[in-house]
Amino acid sequence: MNITVKLFASLREQVGKGEVKLNADKPMTIAQIWAQVSEEMPLPTHILMALNMQYVEPNALAQAGDEVAFFPPVTGG
Amino acid sequence: MKVEICPQPFNPWSVLQEYEAQRTQAGKCGATACFIGTMRDYNAGDTVQQMWLEHYAGMTELYLQQLAHEAEQRWQLLDSLILHRVGEIQCDQTIVLVAAWAGHRSPALDACRYLIEELKQHAPFWKRETLNTGQQRWVAQNTPK
Repeated sequence: MNITVKLFASLREQVGKGEVKLNADKPMTIAQIWAQVSEEMPLPTHILMALNMQYVEPNALAQAGDEVAFFPPVTGG
Repeated sequence: MKVEICPQPFNPWSVLQEYEAQRTQAGKCGATACFIGTMRDYNAGDTVQQMWLEHYAGMTELYLQQLAHEAEQRWQLLDSLILHRVGEIQCDQTIVLVAAWAGHRSPALDACRYLIEELKQHAPFWKRETLNTGQQRWVAQNTPK
């Protein structure tokens, strides 16, 4: 089973990936997932993170079957 | 309660009229408050030609439904409505419509303000502007108010 990782808007362009599947043998923190997906790019301070479509902090744990998302500050409305 | 993500332009006044016509709580509503956000042709000192609005399909709808539910509980609303555009948007087109119905003006106005402010701070949408020079750029953050 994989963890699905999605990136949106300017962050997708910055990292060069929109969706990635990560092998998940054991739970990983959101920060660890970012490190893998971004190939060790420092976690931008303004970045927002979601686990299964709910906002979380970088220390939240994701496991196989989960969906994790990273995105820049929102600008709707 | 209704939450909808709209890929096509909509007329907010027609939407409100049709939605009101379908509401069934006759005699209970004393106040309706609405906010309509419209695309300007300028931003940060530049002329903006058009805009692209991206969203996180699934999370955006979920967030807005949770937000509307929270507002309905907090202010004991009779009803609420949130419509938001995605995709290509032209100047003067509506971006967002928020409405709140209540027995009295204070909960309707307060809830409407809360809905739009929370949406702007937390709902996963992102704007990419095309300037009149052809340059494209992501909007870095919303204006404070």
